[in-house]
Amino acid sequence: MTQMNMLQAINNALDTAMAADERVLCFGEDVGVFGGVFRATSNLQQKYGKARCFNTPLVEQGIIGFANGLAAQGSVPVAEIQFADYIFPAFDQIVNESAKFRYRSGDLFNVGGLTIRAPYGGGIAGGLYHSQSPEAYFAHTPGLKIVVPRNPHQAKGLLLAAIHDPNPVLFFEPKRLYRASVGEVPDEDYRLPLGEAEVLKEGTDVTVLGWGAQMEVIEQAVDMAEKDGISCEVIDLRTILPWDVETVANSVFKTGRLVVTHEAPLTGGFAGEIAATIQERCFLYLESPIARVTGMDTPFPLVLEKEHLPNHLKVFEAIRSSVDF
Amino acid sequence: MTTTKSRVVYTPSFTDGAEFRIPTFKVLKQDGSLYKGAKAPALDKDKALRIYRTMVTTRILDERMLAAQRQGRLSFYMQCTGEEAAVIGSAAALDDADMIMAQYREQGALAYRGFTIDEFMNQLFGNELDYGKGRQMPVHYGSKKLNYMTISSPLATQIPQATGYAYGQKLAGEGHCTITYFGEGAASEGDFHAALNMAAVQRVPVIFLCRNNGYAISTPAAEQFAADGVAPRAYGYKMDVIRVDGNDVLAMYEATKAARSLAVEHNRPVLIEAMSYRLAAHSSSDDPSGYRSKDEEAVWREKDPILRMRLWLERKKWWSEDEEKQLQETMRREVLETMKRAQKRPPPPLETLVTDVYDEVPPALAQQFEKLKAHIRRYPDAYPKSAEHAKGGA
Repeated sequence: MTQMNMLQAINNALDTAMAADERVLCFGEDVGVFGGVFRATSNLQQKYGKARCFNTPLVEQGIIGFANGLAAQGSVPVAEIQFADYIFPAFDQIVNESAKFRYRSGDLFNVGGLTIRAPYGGGIAGGLYHSQSPEAYFAHTPGLKIVVPRNPHQAKGLLLAAIHDPNPVLFFEPKRLYRASVGEVPDEDYRLPLGEAEVLKEGTDVTVLGWGAQMEVIEQAVDMAEKDGISCEVIDLRTILPWDVETVANSVFKTGRLVVTHEAPLTGGFAGEIAATIQERCFLYLESPIARVTGMDTPFPLVLEKEHLPNHLKVFEAIRSSVDF
Repeated sequence: MTTTKSRVVYTPSFTDGAEFRIPTFKVLKQDGSLYKGAKAPALDKDKALRIYRTMVTTRILDERMLAAQRQGRLSFYMQCTGEEAAVIGSAAALDDADMIMAQYREQGALAYRGFTIDEFMNQLFGNELDYGKGRQMPVHYGSKKLNYMTISSPLATQIPQATGYAYGQKLAGEGHCTITYFGEGAASEGDFHAALNMAAVQRVPVIFLCRNNGYAISTPAAEQFAADGVAPRAYGYKMDVIRVDGNDVLAMYEATKAARSLAVEHNRPVLIEAMSYRLAAHSSSDDPSGYRSKDEEAVWREKDPILRMRLWLERKKWWSEDEEKQLQETMRREVLETMKRAQKRPPPPLETLVTDVYDEVPPALAQQFEKLKAHIRRYPDAYPKSAEHAKGGA
């Protein structure tokens, strides 16, 4: 075990994967000698050479198209998009190509080796274009997996699982926690299951569900609620697509209440999908409407980002209202 | 139907384009004298001094605001340092009615158009007077009255937009054009290629100004493209192209003036590649010591475009040591005083969270806003910027 922040854990996961398998490659804008703008790929070029870790030209659709080709050839590309806000030029390559490669060829070809890493999320004074949470756009695309870690231990285990998963995986990293989240991380290669949510805390009155950086917000909100005598069950969804309906439904059977929170805007956000599925599965068990605590239906602001974000106070209020319904 | 009218050969014949060596246009030497055979552009004293004052103002603004960022007064900043001649020399060659669609390092062009230090500061601090209503990160300026399109962070998106904007100007027939600025890194984006091709096909009055400053954050130009810079790409689109010493303000002015006349009078889009160097970090979040040497920077510091112009002005007796001293002092004082003023102004009102998403606030968003206000009223201490604004309403 070593104490690491999330960036170090991600770097360690990439290092572990590259050491174990020479087919693993890391590339993207500034990831080479500089080690990426956040330094997630520090020292990888120095250690594994320019052929396996390198800077690409500044062209996101090119990076992912290139990565698709590499994956189809049998390599294991881990492509970095510098900010999730800049993933959209590659939308076509991800949505029409990565996601459909296997299906359209009748499984003659696939890009299962592909992993796309991108820092996402707000709370860093990044404004419109350094704050977005685009998971829901991609969640509408069968064929992709979407994974979001909440801390360093999860980041290493989930990233290694993503790299080795035989499907293309989008790995969104909560950049607000890159240095803020610190914890013990095993030194060896380990993989946490994709498609499985994790119950972090058992409780009886209400289920509170989130992923990534929102888990820290949930923790604060739940502390407040527990002081008011409310027993919360906390779940980290971890994988957005395909998501773990069973774990969430089983929790709601028990608590009868669900609060879902994400930073992305309300309308079309992934909480809507969760709410629809859970009301189908748990309708007769629900004691109150499923609550969504999210960003507003606006672009991401700058000066008023605190007002925009679903912070612990808003999550706490939703827990309260759900229980008091 | 193919449009290629090429001659026919009967043995395989490849070409790597090496025969297209694009020269670099220079006028002014570093000591302020002209190159032999070069001619100074027709610039009167007033205009020359307007250009020079803008270059100095931009340099001082950049120095002070980076310092302000380091002191924690500002969340973020980006400097134009080293590229003032490329940006301001080109902007000065345009008409004020021409559109500027910049990347994010062209504050000098906006300053040349007359954006005041107050206006810069209001955006940098995102206060209630910021035209962008505190929504974007610092340096994302815009001005409707100065024909300067508001900056967008995603790279290269403005380049095809400039082609479209200029096509509209061509249809309007008022003799205006659009200039779009971008770095050599952004020129790798698909948007760059789409923009040039469409401009050439439609014969659009647009000037593509590539600031080749050597680096896209940490990535050196040598890892960005294998070709001899960005300029040769113009051939592929059948577009006029010129490469200019970007630290030579006279050459930048002259080249852009000529490009403008090709664009406006002959509907010929032009690509200008300004060869320069990003002397500062990419942004206040970047540290170049991780990817380039101090020695390399020192070489370019010797090629300072502002000093080069100053020496030319002094040779012409248009500028003196005293005037320089006075300008430096006045601008430093103005920047500092204006900064203090802007920093004290309150943030934009709470409703700016939901306005301008559409022309009108849709009902569902209006409901979200009422809910937010009620929430803030219950926790006013947690929202010091907006507690006052949340008092109104249901």
